[in-house]
Amino acid sequence: MTLALDTPASVRPRRGSAFFKFMGRLFREKPLGAAGAVIFIVFLLCGLFADILAPYGYNQISPINRLKPPSWQFLFGTDNLGRDVFSRCLYGAQLSVIIGFCAAGLATLVSIVVGVVSGYIGGKFDMIVQRMVDAWMSFPDLIVLIVVVSVVGPGLLPIIVVLGLLLGVGGSRIIRGATISVRENMYVNASQSMGASTPRILLRHILPNVMAPVIILFTTRVGFVILAESGLSFLGLGVPPPAPTWGGMLSGSGRTYMLQGPWLALAPGLCLTVVVYATNVFGDALRDLLDPRMRGSK
Amino acid sequence: MAGADSVLRVRDLKVHFPVHDGVLIRRQTGSVKAVDGVSFEVGRSETLGLVGESGCGKSTTGLAILRMTPLTEGRIEFEGQDISHLSVRRMRPLRKRLQMVYQDPYGSLNPRMKVGDLIGEPLVIHGVAGDQDAYRARIQELLRLVGLRPEMAERYPHEFSGGQRQRISIARAVALNPTLVLCDEPVSALDVSIQAQVINLFQELQERLGLSYLFIAHDLAVVRHVSHRIAVMYLGRIVEVAPRDLLYRAPLHPYTRGLLAAAPLPDPSAERSRAHEEIVGEPPSVVNPPSGCHFHPRCPMAMPVCAQRAPELTAAATGHAVACHLHDPSRALDIAASGLAA
Repeated sequence: MTLALDTPASVRPRRGSAFFKFMGRLFREKPLGAAGAVIFIVFLLCGLFADILAPYGYNQISPINRLKPPSWQFLFGTDNLGRDVFSRCLYGAQLSVIIGFCAAGLATLVSIVVGVVSGYIGGKFDMIVQRMVDAWMSFPDLIVLIVVVSVVGPGLLPIIVVLGLLLGVGGSRIIRGATISVRENMYVNASQSMGASTPRILLRHILPNVMAPVIILFTTRVGFVILAESGLSFLGLGVPPPAPTWGGMLSGSGRTYMLQGPWLALAPGLCLTVVVYATNVFGDALRDLLDPRMRGSK
Repeated sequence: MAGADSVLRVRDLKVHFPVHDGVLIRRQTGSVKAVDGVSFEVGRSETLGLVGESGCGKSTTGLAILRMTPLTEGRIEFEGQDISHLSVRRMRPLRKRLQMVYQDPYGSLNPRMKVGDLIGEPLVIHGVAGDQDAYRARIQELLRLVGLRPEMAERYPHEFSGGQRQRISIARAVALNPTLVLCDEPVSALDVSIQAQVINLFQELQERLGLSYLFIAHDLAVVRHVSHRIAVMYLGRIVEVAPRDLLYRAPLHPYTRGLLAAAPLPDPSAERSRAHEEIVGEPPSVVNPPSGCHFHPRCPMAMPVCAQRAPELTAAATGHAVACHLHDPSRALDIAASGLAA
């Protein structure tokens, strides 16, 4: 009870330290999630500094070193054109991580905006928006992609935008469902009766309480988008070769020469698996840490 | 209560919810008359208890006053101003002085917000938060006012017990110095031992801040303790209004009598020896309420006229009004006649 008299100093949190406090909690309470975050950052740095880290150029052909197994000279071996798979994986981290995060980020943003607004407002508005979502979802993804890519040409940006919108509209259903269940809570009603504006209710009451599905949606989308890009590369609609993406490496030379050089598929496949796993455990940790009710649980 | 000094005046309030049928072509097939012609007043620094069994429209009345549910008919005056048709924008400034405490202490606080932010929310919404220091000082003052410690502002609602959470709700409701607080079953979700503390807090705040309460509840003991006057509701209508002591001493409406008889006495031997006037049957459907007086199918004193005509709420004594044909002065002769015939 002595605390009650002289608390103001401890009651006042310093805003700048919030990030470090959060990181501290991440490492203390969620070691697995912290590991995920570290792995992810390592991959991001690999991608960013691929020019310095990569021992060879991503398109440096060496005909005498074709399909060499992993060795100290070529860490992950070489492909059918004698290109160093390790270097290509490093450059691939750049493209795949960018695509994965931008497209999944865009998808999540679209899901949040469409889902929260449609779910909160409800009624006729919700009805109309949801029928439009139905219509959008009934389009085969591939057809939309082919049309857009053939109109604007293949490249990083169209892939991110199209994948982001395609997944985002579909995912909005999940956020809408969560919004509807949160909307019925008494605290939303209380805030309305106090005279809170709609944007305030959406940002302060609805959004923080639908963060769990939002984070899960994002982390599952990252892996999906990286794989989807590989499918597009296979059709020649992805990031054009010879730019390396993990998906492209898997579905291109990786598949063709799987028996002669299994490392061709293993290397990008493992990179993909590790990044997706890392984002998932980090996402789970983030979800738990952001929920005050989960404080102190492992 | 003097009409001139009433904070809230409700006249003939009706809230009907349409019932639809059909898949493609939707037709309105009827309506749920949740509130069907309710009138009452709440005076300054007065507590009006609103009692009735579940589903009788008590909570809907509260929501309609807050304009959280559309009203079908009637007039609501708050501080002398008709608010029954105000737009959302014009209603907003009035919400400062019209607050609510909810039944569920678990559902009415956002689990993601700190207690300090929850209590400060009305201040922020109405732009009276001031600078950081003034805001914090006000929150700490409010926490002390409701019997919590100031450093609790940094905690989250799930760290508190039901009673403490209800104190947080109360702090939030009084943050803007309201004139009227609607209390929708504010203690029914709490343990009996905690109920007493929270009720005392309500009374203490009423004295210190001059609050008026519309206290909605089904627990007669609680209502008796907090209210100055009590209105009894049955199926969307008020059947009896009286000052507290008068209502408990001399209830007039058969429903009120049954309700009071159903509440057990604290003394077991007195409880065993007293006569019970039980209410038989279940509350009828609100979509298809009985004709005339809604209570007549369950009423031990029902007369032929009860099924035909709904009784008006008429004054039986000073401050005591009842809606029952038994107490209708114009029908006194008929009753005497039927008594002779029997």
